[in-house]
Amino acid sequence: MLCDVCGKNPATVHLTEIIDEQMNELHLCEDCARHKSAAMEQQFGLSDLLAGMADFEKPSSSKEEEIVMIKCPSCGLAYADFKKIGRLGCGECYNVFRKYLAPLLKRIHGSNQHIGKNPAKIKVSTKLYKKKTSLPELKNQLQKAISTEAFEEAARLRDQIKEMENKKEKEG
Amino acid sequence: MQINDLINHTSEWLKGTGPNSDVVISSRIRLARNLNKFPFPHWASKAQLNAVLEKSSQAMEKVQLLKQSTLFVLANLDSIDKQFLVERHLMSIEHTQKTEQKAVLVNDEENIAVMINEEDHLRIQLMQSGFNLFEAWGIINGIDDCLAKLLDYAYLDDFGYLTACPTNTGTGMRGSVMLHLPALVMSRQIERVLAAISKLSFTTRGLYGEGTQASGNFFQISNQVSLGHSENEIIENINGLIRQIIEQETQAREIILTKSKVVLEDRINRSLGILKSARIITSQETTELLSMIRLGSDLGMIKDIDRRTINELFIITQPAHLQKLENVKLSSDQRDLKRAELIRKKLNLL
Repeated sequence: MLCDVCGKNPATVHLTEIIDEQMNELHLCEDCARHKSAAMEQQFGLSDLLAGMADFEKPSSSKEEEIVMIKCPSCGLAYADFKKIGRLGCGECYNVFRKYLAPLLKRIHGSNQHIGKNPAKIKVSTKLYKKKTSLPELKNQLQKAISTEAFEEAARLRDQIKEMENKKEKEG
Repeated sequence: MQINDLINHTSEWLKGTGPNSDVVISSRIRLARNLNKFPFPHWASKAQLNAVLEKSSQAMEKVQLLKQSTLFVLANLDSIDKQFLVERHLMSIEHTQKTEQKAVLVNDEENIAVMINEEDHLRIQLMQSGFNLFEAWGIINGIDDCLAKLLDYAYLDDFGYLTACPTNTGTGMRGSVMLHLPALVMSRQIERVLAAISKLSFTTRGLYGEGTQASGNFFQISNQVSLGHSENEIIENINGLIRQIIEQETQAREIILTKSKVVLEDRINRSLGILKSARIITSQETTELLSMIRLGSDLGMIKDIDRRTINELFIITQPAHLQKLENVKLSSDQRDLKRAELIRKKLNLL
């Protein structure tokens, strides 16, 4: 049997495709089979999976147009683009598409509530130190840090206390 | 540091030391971070990407832990150099494509690498030898703290760190452990183990991360979920799973040793024989045989070759490494000759 695609080489790969409940049999040579499988992989990547998942989140099909039309004012990415490429355009997209992303994130991660590091807290805590916290207050914070096992924070506080005490000694 | 200086250097994570280093090759943590107000790399203009590159490289210059490091701008590297960095696990395969405005920062010890303008603006990674995720987290967390003071990260209180792909949102953290599981493969238990892992929302990948197949006896296991758990919880979860796999591999090794020690000794020594005398050898065969040598060394059956040497051989026998060592472009056939020659030289000198 010769390959259904090129008609030149003997068919060694036999493929059954089911599209819309229609079964198709393809007999391919090794080269054509490789092309076919590469094409199939390209068709079905992670972005398709994500986009497919995003489809679940449609409140109702009549609103589809409205969703697709929404554009992020900051970067110009439309929800339709996200559905196509599986990537968001910028941080602001998360705010703009929040209604659709919250359930999607829940589906992916089992949760849509972050409970990890927060960069704002890192910034705030350094600003506070710059304001010269008093020695007893620092010691208080150190105790707290140790009891919550925030050892990095504790080490930083310890150094700060040491520095302040050294200064005091010199001044005194 | 120049890219050629890396050839004669052994990465920190290849030392073959650290906890459980008979089963665990390395532990890696990566954080995905993006700059506020800038579109993610795939959606950004050249000018925006340049601004991100400039802002982030300036910030990194101020971070103590990154002082001794080099920024490689990918547009200035040829394809062998780029492949070379991938083989050393300093960047992803994806980072070698469409390289305009992309860069990677590598520290001298080669355990820290920061990819700029990959899928996200920053992909900060830390690699440790052995089973050591918490130590890796401690270091990378410190670097991230410093960068957070210098850069305005894209972050929302409810969704956490915002990433181009929603699969990384939240902590933006992926912890991975590279395992060597020859006994589970030999005793055909690996399928069962991998099936269980995938049910627990962890993924198994190959030696070179995303998009690569788990090949031979090496498996990279990482968390899939990055939102809804703290960084410590995510690491605890991976650690719990890895501990069980280590135990299973260790048991499988013991069973093979009691039931068919001679068969295993035969296989390990034959592998060594081939490596010491082959004249032509492919990269795949090398990986398979080196895996046996590593097992032999771990079980004390091979005494004169240490893990570090074996780990090094895994890396320097890769295509781009061979070509950099020879300083010429080599065809696949030529590489198989050079590879065999290099391995013979290294192993017969010992």
